[in-house]
Amino acid sequence: MAMQTLIIKRIAKIAFKSPIQIVTLYASLISNNALNLMIPWLLGVVIDSVLSSGNTRQIFFYSFIIIAISILRGGFAYVQTFLGEYIAQKTAYHLRNSLYAKLQILSFAFHDQNKTGDLMSRCTADVEAIRMFVQTGFLRAGQTILMLIGTYCILLITNWRLGLLTMIVLPIVVARSTIVNLRMRKLWTFIQESTGLMTAVLQENLSGIRVVKAFGAETFERKKFEKITNLVRTSSIAASRIQSSNTVFNIFLFSATTGLILWYGSQEISQQRLSQGELASFIFYLGLVQMPIRMSGWILNSFSRATSAGQRVFLILDTLPPVMDSPNASKISKIKGDVKLNNISFGYTESNNVLSNISLEAKPGEKIALLGGPGSGKTSLVHLLPRFYDVTEGSIEIDRVNIKSVTLESLRENIGLVMQDVFIFSASIAENISYGIPNASIQEIRNASITAQLDKFINSLPNGYQTEIGERGITLSGGQKQRLSIARTLLLNPPILILDDTTSSVDAATENLLQNALEKVMQNRTVFIITNRLNSILEADKIFVLSKGSIVQKGTHKDLISQQGIYRDMYQIQFLDREI
Amino acid sequence: MYHHSHNHGMNDMNPFEDGLAKPYDHKVVIRLLAYSKPYLKELLLSITTIFIYTLANVAQPWIIKSFIDSIGTSTTIQNEGKLIYLSVLFASAIVIGGTTHYIHMISLSILSQKVLFDLRNHIFSHLQILSVSFYDWTGVGRIMSRAQNDVSQLQEFLGISVNGIADLASLIGIVIAMIFLDIKMSLVVLFFIPLLTIIAIIWHRFSWRTFISVRQAISYVNGSLQENISGIRVIQSLNREQHNMKNFEELNSFHLKTNLSSAKLSAGLMPIVEISTSSAIAIILVIGSSALVNGTIELGIVVAFVLYIQKFFDPIRNLTMQYTQLQRSMASGTRIFELLDTPTGILNNQIDKPINELSGQISIKNLHFHYTEGIEVLKGIDVEIKSNETIALVGSTGAGKTTLINLISRFYEPTEGKILFDNNDIKSINLEIFRRDIAIVPQDPFLFSGTIKENIIYNREYLTGIEVVATCELLGLNGFINDLEHKYDTQVEERGGNLSLGQRQLISFARAIIGKPKIIILDEATANIDSITEKLLQNALEKIISSQTAIIIAHRLSTIRKADQIIFLEEGEILERGTHESLISEKGKYHNLVETYFSY
Repeated sequence: MAMQTLIIKRIAKIAFKSPIQIVTLYASLISNNALNLMIPWLLGVVIDSVLSSGNTRQIFFYSFIIIAISILRGGFAYVQTFLGEYIAQKTAYHLRNSLYAKLQILSFAFHDQNKTGDLMSRCTADVEAIRMFVQTGFLRAGQTILMLIGTYCILLITNWRLGLLTMIVLPIVVARSTIVNLRMRKLWTFIQESTGLMTAVLQENLSGIRVVKAFGAETFERKKFEKITNLVRTSSIAASRIQSSNTVFNIFLFSATTGLILWYGSQEISQQRLSQGELASFIFYLGLVQMPIRMSGWILNSFSRATSAGQRVFLILDTLPPVMDSPNASKISKIKGDVKLNNISFGYTESNNVLSNISLEAKPGEKIALLGGPGSGKTSLVHLLPRFYDVTEGSIEIDRVNIKSVTLESLRENIGLVMQDVFIFSASIAENISYGIPNASIQEIRNASITAQLDKFINSLPNGYQTEIGERGITLSGGQKQRLSIARTLLLNPPILILDDTTSSVDAATENLLQNALEKVMQNRTVFIITNRLNSILEADKIFVLSKGSIVQKGTHKDLISQQGIYRDMYQIQFLDREI
Repeated sequence: MYHHSHNHGMNDMNPFEDGLAKPYDHKVVIRLLAYSKPYLKELLLSITTIFIYTLANVAQPWIIKSFIDSIGTSTTIQNEGKLIYLSVLFASAIVIGGTTHYIHMISLSILSQKVLFDLRNHIFSHLQILSVSFYDWTGVGRIMSRAQNDVSQLQEFLGISVNGIADLASLIGIVIAMIFLDIKMSLVVLFFIPLLTIIAIIWHRFSWRTFISVRQAISYVNGSLQENISGIRVIQSLNREQHNMKNFEELNSFHLKTNLSSAKLSAGLMPIVEISTSSAIAIILVIGSSALVNGTIELGIVVAFVLYIQKFFDPIRNLTMQYTQLQRSMASGTRIFELLDTPTGILNNQIDKPINELSGQISIKNLHFHYTEGIEVLKGIDVEIKSNETIALVGSTGAGKTTLINLISRFYEPTEGKILFDNNDIKSINLEIFRRDIAIVPQDPFLFSGTIKENIIYNREYLTGIEVVATCELLGLNGFINDLEHKYDTQVEERGGNLSLGQRQLISFARAIIGKPKIIILDEATANIDSITEKLLQNALEKIISSQTAIIIAHRLSTIRKADQIIFLEEGEILERGTHESLISEKGKYHNLVETYFSY
């Protein structure tokens, strides 16, 4: 419960940002309910006056008042409904924005461990659950409580015996709701989590649909999905079972109260402690609170659900990115490109180091090659430079400054990294190339793609640079994607350039052209190259060979070819076995 | 609907997803209802109980009326017996009402959850059989938005139905009860039904566009979220966070704005309902009290009438408040059925040839293909592949190598020409046999969440851990796998993280080999692997493919040189073909290519 209270408080804090709105909302809520409570009283008065005097003249007056009240109520109801929706939508808006902002800055390690589908589910299903709660929970709950309090006060004033009688059921309702809430909360946590899982399985299935098809695994995948939808189904049924029983129970109590009042009221009338009109208005009052009571099961449900959802959302909002600007981080301006790794170690998990005791230095303008088998740690190493991850031991210096003491933004502005697997955004080719510099001129975009050997292909397309690619556009081949990624990075004009196996899908002829073009670009830049094609690194200033996270060989091509070791083996295989 | 459009960005808010869905579409409702057919028992139960519940519910004010009338105006209780009888009646009405209401809600929610379950699975199954070209045009984000968000919207719809059906039933019951109580007063109340209907119709004219734009806006928001989570690595490395944040905020604000205009519209109905309720009560009061004075009516009837009026407008008020939700659900239903109606591309042909096995013989005849109308990628390809042959496809990027492989793998249908396996048209072969006998190692290796072992076994549950280890040993993978913390039981993370791209390629390789396929297709399957590892893999592979048909796209000359046939593609056409020796002696493009790189 304590945690629930915290979550609700946090939701309330986001929802109730503007005091004016809250005051207006609750003012109209209270006025609306107060006016609403007047009607049964008026009806009672009318009945009594008609019965006692037989005078019908006053009736028109009372009818007029009732209609006047309802016009006022209509106005208040409008304000209340609109503001309720407004506040709820605004809450969802804020949550989405903060989730988005958070997901943007959470570092790679976070995204490695969280599935896109589950994150999506948090941003959609969980935010939606909170929104519904703000709208119905905060509003209706307030309304229900106000109505109940108002009604009970009036009943107590009119006839305290009858009033007390109607209140007998209250402790039962409260006690039961508490128990139900506890059960519901567990269930809803489970449902929201399964929904996340379901989204993740779907997302993964769709992303890997080619593999699914290639292995004829449609039925296999269907079973996997059905297992989870079945979980969602059974737990949802369980939740609605509880919700229904709670609603029915409350209505049952309510109706029983009506029965009690009728019975006891008739006794009171016989003792002349109650008029008939008053009894009628008692019954009208109970009719008035019937709807809020029917809603109470639903409100409780949405409360439990929102706290479960809130927990999932706030978990993300509260995650501190493992990689952050230090409190007194400074900006680095245009750097020279001196890179130094001082005896660094790194692991994705604490127990397993993928890089151990690596020391390496690159002088400005040098070309550094990293070689090694799969899993030797090449990609992990270059991902440490822009601080996608932080080293666990040792330090990295750029221009003699520890990279942890500069701002991430300024650091990354100086490092261009072409990644192994290319991500294409749903946008035009031009927008994809200028992704890092949205205001680049078309000439700059073209120059970058000329260097990346992509200009010719783009010009062959009917819409040229404006051709849509990505999810809504044409399909590019693996090699074309890689060259687009190179163009994208070249446009940044970074002092430090990292090429992570960026030409693996490019044919040798094109690669040769690319190589020549890149030669010019690489001048005056510190360049790190990861490749499996030795011909592109024969001229490298330093070559580092990695194996199982350690540097096993270093030197120039000349040095290494004269030693026994991995490098010479690699070279011999490739020399004997040229690529085409 | 699913054809790709060139629309992009904020200034072009026209549907990238959907046209304007109808505000209320009975077809959607009927199709949705059809899903409840298998659950007739639950359906009948919920309908029966709702009737009993309504009866019990409507009876209550009636009993109250009799009660009040029995008390009368005198100070002594006239007939205690009747009061006791009425109290028992009232109590049983409560018990029966409560019980049936409970059964109704439960059976309806079971029904709706089962329908949702079926619907989800149905969508998923449909997505499994949709062709690859569908996925080329329709991104994951957009499909997700239909399969997840829209189904959740329907869930809300079913939730409303649970209450809504009860509301509607009691509305009818109340009307009947009122008519029996007093026909004149009930006509006054009934007058409000056509009045409210007309108001609703007029209101609807003004508002439905707003409701639909709300649906569109949320799909923009979710689309943007999806893309940004998937592409986060690039976004961070290019320092684009601020810029994207601004874009997202714009979309998010647009969504907020459309939502607020729809909120204004739905709130606008509130005063109308409130004023109608009170007006009805006021009119009844006027009519009722004069009748009361004249003695033509008893007090109980007036009280019962007022109670009925309260109950009468409650469901109407509910429906008003939930109209927005109903609207959303309708749009979602339309979108879901649109998805389910997308024609599936490649299915088993009706005339399934009784083939149990592929031998590995393939003929490709005059094959043409284009992804986009007007941009032809393959322009008349003819290839004959014998059983157990190795074919190497050579050519620059964009020459059509991967496309050719995609067609042989039955991911796409040729626009013209034929592909025959053992002289059977590719379309006539049982898909299950086909998938079993052909294995593909794609350019970008996709692994599923789960362990390495599960990924290698993938879908072939008859395989055991022993075979997994044996295959990995054969391919020389066991070294790196054994170095991992949990070895074969290491969990694969979605992207990045614990396995490098090269390692993923190796696992994807093992996944293809382990099933002992008759035909193996390698699309640059070793591009991200160093030459030593590749050499080991190559040696292992040579042994394996001696008894298999292999179609290979590779860069390494040794692999290509050993092929039985080399096919040189350029711009979608075969320029040269033959063995390495014959092509070298032809002194054509292949010869030039080899020469260039040997003298490099």
